[in-house]
Amino acid sequence: MELKKTGMAGTLESSDILVVIEPKNSEGIDILLESVVIKQFGDQIRKIISNTLRELGINQVIVRANDKGALDCVIKARVQAAVSRATGSKECFWRVVES
Amino acid sequence: MMNRNILKREIPLAIKGIGKLRPYQGSNIEEQRGIVSNSFSGKSKLGHDLEQAIVATGLKDGMTVSFHHHFRNGDYIVNMVMAAIARLGIKDITLASSSLSSVHAPLIEQIRQGVVTRIETSGIRGELAEAISNGLLELPVIIRSHGGRARAIESGQLVIDVAFLGVSSCDRYGNANGFSGKSVCGSLGYAMVDADYAKRVVLITDNVVDYPNLPISISQTKVDLVVQVAEVGDPQGIMSGATRLTNNPRELLIARQAARFIDLAGYLTDGFAMQTGSGGASLAVTSFLRELMKKKKITASFALGGITQQLVDLHQEGLVDNLFDTQSFDLRTAQSLCRNPHHYEIDASFYANPFNKGCLVDRLDFVILSALEVDLDFNVNVITGSDGVIMGASGGHCDTAAGANLSIVVAPLLRGRIPTIIERVNTIVTPGQTIDVIITDRGTAVNPLRRELIERVIDARFPLCTIEELKEKAEQITGKPRPIEYGDRVVGLVEYRDGTIIDIIRQVK
Repeated sequence: MELKKTGMAGTLESSDILVVIEPKNSEGIDILLESVVIKQFGDQIRKIISNTLRELGINQVIVRANDKGALDCVIKARVQAAVSRATGSKECFWRVVES
Repeated sequence: MMNRNILKREIPLAIKGIGKLRPYQGSNIEEQRGIVSNSFSGKSKLGHDLEQAIVATGLKDGMTVSFHHHFRNGDYIVNMVMAAIARLGIKDITLASSSLSSVHAPLIEQIRQGVVTRIETSGIRGELAEAISNGLLELPVIIRSHGGRARAIESGQLVIDVAFLGVSSCDRYGNANGFSGKSVCGSLGYAMVDADYAKRVVLITDNVVDYPNLPISISQTKVDLVVQVAEVGDPQGIMSGATRLTNNPRELLIARQAARFIDLAGYLTDGFAMQTGSGGASLAVTSFLRELMKKKKITASFALGGITQQLVDLHQEGLVDNLFDTQSFDLRTAQSLCRNPHHYEIDASFYANPFNKGCLVDRLDFVILSALEVDLDFNVNVITGSDGVIMGASGGHCDTAAGANLSIVVAPLLRGRIPTIIERVNTIVTPGQTIDVIITDRGTAVNPLRRELIERVIDARFPLCTIEELKEKAEQITGKPRPIEYGDRVVGLVEYRDGTIIDIIRQVK
């Protein structure tokens, strides 16, 4: 899928994550992460974000994420929603997200 | 050999078996006694401003000053006094407060300038706590429970040179209480120990009243000086722990389970004694207990500790005969303390000092406690967050857990992504041996050491699981948290209530 513009999803509420994704000219997934649980779960959050993007075929992207303690399933859903907004895609990814 | 006193009477220099005799030198005994104010013959102890008062107490480099935390996050006293000490150029002070709040962040600057070099407290929060966790103080902060602090003071482990105690009303001669005036805090329970044992006591008030100021919580017999200031605190912050009943369904669920557990375990019998805290779930337990008590037509003999308006209501309804109050959490509690004769103000030693001849926590049937973390051995952390940074307070946690027949920890299984039940808590404040049961929104685990308790509640069909199962449940949802990385430097010593060190806190990386 091709990113056409900036896509955003999520909130800064407790247990949520705000995800902003932007297209990038070169190959690679750049993640700028802030999290209230970065010491305990920083690596895990980065992994979930990049896995979700790869599953959607997104490989040239800058992700800015501000996490307030979201669970993996929430992170995945927010990344998917941000991608769908950035691609302008009418296709929806709604389905049960494995946590 | 004889000596003549000022009235020309012959007084022996010494008598064998008694020792040396000091001859009478006149009725002006000001110099003979150790009081710093010109209060002889009932003169006022007022008249100094704060800096003059500090000078008059003889405070010098290297001494220890103390404070109480009854003004909680509305406190102006600590910052005001430490700023005055800094202006006077006094350095190397040990600050021993019964606790510290986030409002005390200005201490960071005074630590940097060498005014404060040691801190002893029950808790620290906010920026100051973060700075200390990051190695701001060269010497580790000493964390004590409320009972442990009273023990340390009474035993002489913690010697206070000057206590600066804020009070909401005081007369010119030093009789004070905390339940009248504009900065009402209710009980002065923590301050009373300082007033009893500090070498010098300075009361600071924004409300000087006519002599004598009754009822008396801190009496003129303990007080060197009274200093009048514009404001001792911010009433909004003083009662910031304002205790509203929760409508959070998760907390209500935990509370209902806790009340049921106490009942089924056989602790709700006529004349029982309890302590319930001020947190969301534990406050709600009080209201569930009320229903059970009415249904069973029983009353409690006393409620102890931090007193809330919910407990005052039970007292006024006749369901709890007596309230023992070391700390009043809201305005109605403060008013009740002034009005109800069986709502009784107690000091921290009476409350929880394990080394006096009988403290009240030992008479508790049950206590409801909170927790940041609980581990598989039931050890509880209430001082450092899941990121290893100091953020809480020891309080009466380990005192009541040790004293009560049944100690119950109530906590949500998860806070955001942070599991409450983990393999090993970051810092042990209360040893698992003194914790009987942990009640969460996803299940209840009884300490295997309490086998008869397990049998009793299983017979009553209360659903139980093991603490390992609770940990598994939590990790299935959150994933396994990475252990916190610490540096080598020790930034905190956690004392158990007897003064032994139960754990240390290391600098965070």
